Formats: sequence, structure tokens, C-alpha cells
Amino acid sequence: MLPPRVSPSGTFGPFGGRYVAETLVPALDELTSAFHTIVFSEVFQTELRELLASYVGRPTPLTRAHRFARWLDPEAHFLHRLYLKREDLCHTGAHKINNALGQALLAKKMGKTRIIAETGAGQHGVATATACALFDLPCFVYMGAEDIRRQAPNVGRMKLLGAQVIPVTSGSSTLKDAMNEALRDWVTNVRTTHYCIGSTAGPHPYPELVATLQSVIGEEARAQCLALGSLPDAVVACVGGGSNAMGIFRAFLDDPSVALYGVEAAGDGVASGHHAATLTAGRIGVLHGSKSYVLCDDGGQIQEAHSISAGLDYPGVGPEHAWLKDSGRAHYLNATDNEALVVLDKLGKTEGILAALETAHAYARLRDIARDLAEQRGHPVTLLVSHSGRGDKDLETLLTRLLPLLPEPTRAY
Amino acid sequence: MPTESRLSRIFASRRVLVAYLCVGDPSLDESLELARACVRAGADVLELGVPFSDPAADGPVIARAGARALARGGGLSATLRVASALRTESDVPLVLFGYYNPIYVRGEARAVDEAADAGIDAFLVVDLPLEEAGTLRRLAANRGLTVVPLLAPTSSPQRIEAVRLAHAEVPMDFVYYVSVTGITGAAGVQAADAGTKARTLREALGLPVVVGFGIDSQEKARAAGQQADGVVVGTALVRAIEEGQSAADRVERVSSLIALLRQGLDGT
Ligand SMILES: Cc1ncc(COP(=O)(O)O)c(C=O)c1O
Repeated sequence: MLPPRVSPSGTFGPFGGRYVAETLVPALDELTSAFHTIVFSEVFQTELRELLASYVGRPTPLTRAHRFARWLDPEAHFLHRLYLKREDLCHTGAHKINNALGQALLAKKMGKTRIIAETGAGQHGVATATACALFDLPCFVYMGAEDIRRQAPNVGRMKLLGAQVIPVTSGSSTLKDAMNEALRDWVTNVRTTHYCIGSTAGPHPYPELVATLQSVIGEEARAQCLALGSLPDAVVACVGGGSNAMGIFRAFLDDPSVALYGVEAAGDGVASGHHAATLTAGRIGVLHGSKSYVLCDDGGQIQEAHSISAGLDYPGVGPEHAWLKDSGRAHYLNATDNEALVVLDKLGKTEGILAALETAHAYARLRDIARDLAEQRGHPVTLLVSHSGRGDKDLETLLTRLLPLLPEPTRAY
Repeated sequence: MPTESRLSRIFASRRVLVAYLCVGDPSLDESLELARACVRAGADVLELGVPFSDPAADGPVIARAGARALARGGGLSATLRVASALRTESDVPLVLFGYYNPIYVRGEARAVDEAADAGIDAFLVVDLPLEEAGTLRRLAANRGLTVVPLLAPTSSPQRIEAVRLAHAEVPMDFVYYVSVTGITGAAGVQAADAGTKARTLREALGLPVVVGFGIDSQEKARAAGQQADGVVVGTALVRAIEEGQSAADRVERVSSLIALLRQGLDGT
């Protein structure tokens, strides 16, 4: 586990902080102190490490993607090698379990008797439901009605795991509204309840806590790269709230030769106004307890985000990403719905790996990243991608949106 | 200076009835009418609520009102226009009530100037705890405005002490005590207990303390008001507006609710 990056007052540069109702401040103080005394203790670390190995299936492998790399760059002019950090092979199918398991274990040790969570794609909801089943904690998951529709398999999984899924119909009926509802629950039940936030968003200490629990992704990947010979030229991840990206970035922050790229969801295109590219097109504001980039109008009203991918469909982003952007340490790009669908299809057919729609956004910018970086560095580059999750949950969307775009498969014997 | 503010004068004169309105619900013009009706019926202070897209501290009644208000052009600018109109005709203390993002995006300095020009007396920002409010408090003080802190049942002695220290540094007019661990509109408030708590806080802080959340009847206003310096009515007022069948009916419902609470507070 890597040491904290957050300031003692809960900020990353000018971002972060704690913009919440007074009622919640003592709970956040309690969580911050538990985070420092419990999570960094030897006992907790040993227990979590054992669970990550025997239950989650860590370390996850690093896969070299030969055929997809050659689809991106047939002559290897700019892309030398491409490695995928396989978080899709975690139990429950995405990186979200690293965080949910850690927070559930922490909540148990804090004596909390009830867990709530918000979810977009349902991956964090499934991960939280899983951890709660394991630790015998009642679990309540808030999910936007629109997301319940488009991520139906995950809703079923949560229910089978014993969680209650509570539909949210306010606002855009997506992730931000689920988070509002979870905050309302937490204010009401704060003494007994732990709010298991699913990304590096929310008030201090959540962005730091979640990044710390996810930093296992980058720690493993960095060691795996070194074992294969060298650090990559760049690390690439999709960014919703930013947890898989922070999880893989953190281990490389002090490696100046490693460029960091986050890819946000551009929906129908940033110019269309229907997108979730917060760092690209947003402005600095306050949403869900922290100061960061947000999508909002001149009056400060939060705007609805749009993305084919429920897990990226969020008008905010974690404060550490805002700081990495403004300080220039990381770069943020974006990919449209259609660009994500095209690479998702190619990755499936060249590597036999069906990515989650969220994850696919990272792949959609690899060619541009490799080309620019190879030009800067004067040699073809090696890229490492955070393969954050698998696509099973997206079958419904893929069958309706992707299959009609594709030619009938015809293969003569 | 603070002893001369509109707010401190009213707290020195009687038990204070604070009325919350979501400005723009059901329309901006009607909000102005309803604000006048509140004052006529006996409200001492108006909280002018700026509707926000993501009201995470509010229950369904105020959240619905906010959505209606936004659809009718509500927001920070519209709320300040309503404040200006009220200020030309009345000396009633006005508290600008809302969430932080509209203020932050406007720019705190500009928001304070515009609020001061509109005749606002204080800010109450639900998602801006003391630790994050330093800049707004100083900017507001420069224009003779204050920022109202909230305290909750979960607030520790250290946080209460932090309010006392902050008040010593940049004076406040009053403190808002959230009577329940919950969101606006929460049921089951123990009004008398909340009043007792408010009195303890007043003694510790040397500041008037009002009780808010869940005050919806004459009995609760009386029970809380026996020891608190005042009470806030929010959800019940917003619900009366939601249930009103016409503009006249809404004025009628709002006026009679305020009159009832006034009686409770005055012990009549
Ligand atoms: C597979 C996968 N990747 C990425 C994300 C986006 O979240 P974050 O930016 O926190 O990694 C999600 C969210 O649901 C997800 O399910």
C-alpha cells in the first residue's frame, strides 16, 4: 500500500476538501482517523492482502496484446508493445472489488453495522454486495433508474448476493442522483452506517482512501513491467470518478519517464454538449463534497452527463485528477460512444477479450497517444492500459448498439 | 457593528420565527407574494432558498420544490432579484440559503457584493462547514454580512468550540441548530429536546440559536421555542405551497401556517 498523497487538510493542490452538511463532518473525522490507524496497521494490511490473494485472485496478470497492437499500428512505427493490466480477472469482474473489500473490512473494524453504496455501471454495487455477503453486513445500493435499465445483469447479481437495490428517479436517474440519495441516507443513519463510495470522489478522506485501496493495481503492474525489463512509456486508463486510473497512476507518479493519460467519456462528442468529459470541458466547482472539475452552467447548476457507459456517466471527477491535470503530471483525453464501441469490437476479435464499455474508452485513444509519444521520444513506445473490467454487464447495450453496425460474420471453410 | 444588524436587533426583541421559501416555486413572482405573506402573518426572518440541481441535504418535498423552481428560471440571480424587490419595501432580515456551487461558480467576492447590494443580511450554505467557509466569512464581513454556521446532534464539543472561536474572530448573528440527524423534512423531531440543546449551545457560544428541521406545528414551535431563540419552518411551508390549488390558496395556506407557528412561539 502506497503512502498518502493528500494534505492533512484533505486537499490535492487547490482541490478536494469537505463540502458536506455539518451532520456528516464528525463521521468524516471518524473515518479519517480510522483510515490512518486501521488501514495502515500491519494487522489490517495482512488480512487485506490475504483476501486479495485468496478471494479476489490477485495479483492479476499482465497480458501482452500482440494482435490488437498490430491492428493499431501494423508496421510497429510508433507502438512497440501494449500491456493490459487485467482487472477484469478480479472476482466480480472489475477493479471495484479492491476498494469495496477494503472499505467493508474497515467498516467492520469500525463497528459499523450497515453499508450503503451508490453505483452506476453496477460494478461497484456488485463488489459492495459481494464484500457485504462475505462479512455478513446488510447492504443497500442506490442506483439510477436509467442505469438499472441498461445494466440489468448487475442488478440481478446484487439481488442474488443479498443486497437491496434502491432505484433513484430524481434528476437524470443516473450515477450523480444515486450519490445524492446515498448521501441523504448517510446523513440520516450516520451513526451506524458506513457509506462505501465507489470512486475517488466525494469528501475527504474518500478520494485518498479509495486511491490507497486501489493503488495495488499500479504497484503490481509496475513490478510486473520491471520484471519484463522496463517501465512503460505511458500508462492509460479510463476516467469516470477516477478510481481505476488513480489506482494504476499512483505507483508511477514519481517515475518522470512514465507519461500518464486519462480518457474520459465524450458521449456524442464534446462539441455536441452530450458528454461526460469533465476535465476536458468542465469548470472548477463543488459537487458531492469535494472541489474539482464539474459540468455545470453559469448559474452553478450541475448539468447532466451523457455516455453510453454507465460507469463514466458522471458530471464530476475525483479531485486528485483535477490536480494532476492542472499540475501537468497527467493528461486527459476523451473518446466518444462510437469510438469506444469500435475498439471494444476489435479487442474482442483480436485478443478474445470483451472489455467493459468504460474500459473501452481507454483503448480508443491508444493510437493517438502512441503516435504523439513516439514522435516526442524518437522511438516506438510501450503502453500499459488499465483493463478495468469485463463486458458481460454490457451485453444488452452491445447487442443493440454494436451488432447492427457490424457486417454479418462470414468465413468460408 | 453586529449589535446593530437587522438580525441581531430582531433576536434582541423576541423569539424569532424564520420562514424558508424555495425561490421560484411555483414561480418567481409568486415567491415574492408568498414572502410578503409570510412577513404579514408574523415571520421575523426570511430564508430565501436558492434552488440547486443536486440538493443532497434535502428531503423529497424541498427537492421537488427546487426542481420546479429551476424549471421556472430559479437560481442565484433570480433569488437576488427577489431579495432586492423585498428590500425596497421591507426591513425584514433576509438570509440567502443554499448550496455552495452556485456561489463558488459566481465567485465568492462577486456573490457577496451582489448579495449585499440586494439587501441580504447573511448567508447560510448547507454544504460549507466552518473549515471551508473562511474566505466567504471574511468577504461577507467586509460588506457587513455574516455567515450562519450549522450545528447538528452529531457535532462534538470541539466543533462547538470551533464555532465559538470563529465567532470571536469574525462575528456571527446566530447559529442554526439542526434538530435531527437527517435531511430536511425528517419526521420524529423531539422539539423540546432540540430547544434544550439550543439553549445549551447559546450558553456556550453567547449567540442566539434557532432550531430547524421538522418544525411543522404550533405545538412543536411552542416546545422548541420555550428554550431556543427561534425556530425555522421549511418543509411544512414548502408543502403548503405544493398543496395549494391557486395563487390565492397558496397565500392563504402559507399565511395561516405562519400565524399558527407565531402563536406557538409566542405561547398564545
Ligand atoms: C469496469 C469499469 N471501469 C471503470 C469505471 C469507472 O470508474 P472509475 O473512474 O472510478 O475507475 C467503472 C465504473 O463503474 C467500471 O465498472
